[in-house]
Amino acid sequence: MELENLKQRLIEGDARAVADLVGRALETGHSAESVLNQALIPGMGVVGERFEQGEYFVPELLLAARAMYAALDVLRPHLAASGVAPLGRVVIGTVQGDLHDIGKKLVVIMLEGSGFEVTDLGNDVSPERFVAAAKETGARLVGLSALLSTTLPAMGKIVRAIREFDPSGNVKVIIGGAPVTQAFADDIGADGFGRDATAAVTLARRLLPAA
Amino acid sequence: MRVTSLIDDLVAEAPVLTDGAWGTELQRRGLPAGEIGDLWNLSHPEHVEEVARAYVDAGSRIILTNTFRANRIALERCREESHVEEINRAGVAISRRASAGRALVFASIGPSGKMLMTGDVDEAQLTAAFSEQSEALAAAGADGLVVETMTDLVEARIAVSAAVATGLPVVACMVFDAGKHRDRTIMGVAPQTAAVELTEAGAEVIGANCGIGVEAYIPICAALASATNRPIWIKPNAGLPEFVDGGLVYRMTAEQFAGHAPALISAGARFIGGCCGTTPEFVAALRRRLSLVAPLNH
Repeated sequence: MELENLKQRLIEGDARAVADLVGRALETGHSAESVLNQALIPGMGVVGERFEQGEYFVPELLLAARAMYAALDVLRPHLAASGVAPLGRVVIGTVQGDLHDIGKKLVVIMLEGSGFEVTDLGNDVSPERFVAAAKETGARLVGLSALLSTTLPAMGKIVRAIREFDPSGNVKVIIGGAPVTQAFADDIGADGFGRDATAAVTLARRLLPAA
Repeated sequence: MRVTSLIDDLVAEAPVLTDGAWGTELQRRGLPAGEIGDLWNLSHPEHVEEVARAYVDAGSRIILTNTFRANRIALERCREESHVEEINRAGVAISRRASAGRALVFASIGPSGKMLMTGDVDEAQLTAAFSEQSEALAAAGADGLVVETMTDLVEARIAVSAAVATGLPVVACMVFDAGKHRDRTIMGVAPQTAAVELTEAGAEVIGANCGIGVEAYIPICAALASATNRPIWIKPNAGLPEFVDGGLVYRMTAEQFAGHAPALISAGARFIGGCCGTTPEFVAALRRRLSLVAPLNH
């Protein structure tokens, strides 16, 4: 009941109530892991679904994300103490030549809200920087974003650079952005394409199965 | 009594043909992937002028300027913010030269590219950036200002207020392509709300640009027209692009696009043109379809 209430407040984007309810849940004996897995992550799932179905817009998504971050701030010390590992590490950025990052930022929010650890490289990111960040963080998933149709070729270059660095294919590459299609993803050999932030989370879950 | 009568004069001759896309036209002339096209006002003015002239030749009564991204916040991302004034001034001068008295020059003002809600930018910064750009465009002699491709109503209102303060007539457009019925902006703004609020903010013309295609903008045009007494401005995309052989292709032809123009006009559009994927050929097709007067020779 308590966790269901928490989930609802998260879906509504009420950050203060969410932070309070997380604290109360922990006090009343819920584990950090159950708060995360039974309330917060399913709550963000509902938010993602509503966004995908056109019931929620960017402001609702951002409010829910803000509430999710507020919850994680309360939860983090308890998660660390109980040794809960993140779902996986992801490196993400808008490709070289493209300065747009609103869409990518939504993907970061949804991935973090779903329990992934995300390194956001920002925009105008070169193939070398993607490779260096993957190496440094040990991420097994790299996300590429582009809004301009003119920067699509940069995605192909980045996929090739990552395959060169990791010929065994342990590092998966997912792509998204307004001009991106599944056909394009197939064409450049990316491991997946998502049309929005929710689809990116689904892809990340599929490509990074929990160890 | 309204101060400006330019819009009234234009509406008396409606439908008024505007222009089509600029970015894709500049790319065809060699604008490199990812480079902000506005910088070409300084580095390749001759190519920008070619695009502008092609629209005037095709029959545009109003052409825009290559200044969509030339606000301080957007230019900071490519470290060109010290050239705001120059880029905007050059943009108006180029369109003015290309029009050679045959078309009016309405200068383009696009979004900042940052979101108020995430705190990446605040209202004071937006006001400063849009005021700076509007003043530069007005000082350079623009006939009007077009605030376009907006998704956030707060940002749109700030830009419109800044533009209105110059005393020039202002067109205000948002992009409606999200939600269950693809009739909201990504921030959830409905056309009726946009029309009411942008009218209140002082825009003389209310509209929609970009989006998911020309058919989708017919009901949106009607929704805008139902909520304001201001004339409506519509510049839709040529549908959504498809990826073919390593490049993006807009499948819709100029004739198909122009075929929807009468329906847009019945829905209330008084100013009509195109956005992404449209070319001077689309403007010429609109002119023929609407039986508008051919451009003067020069």
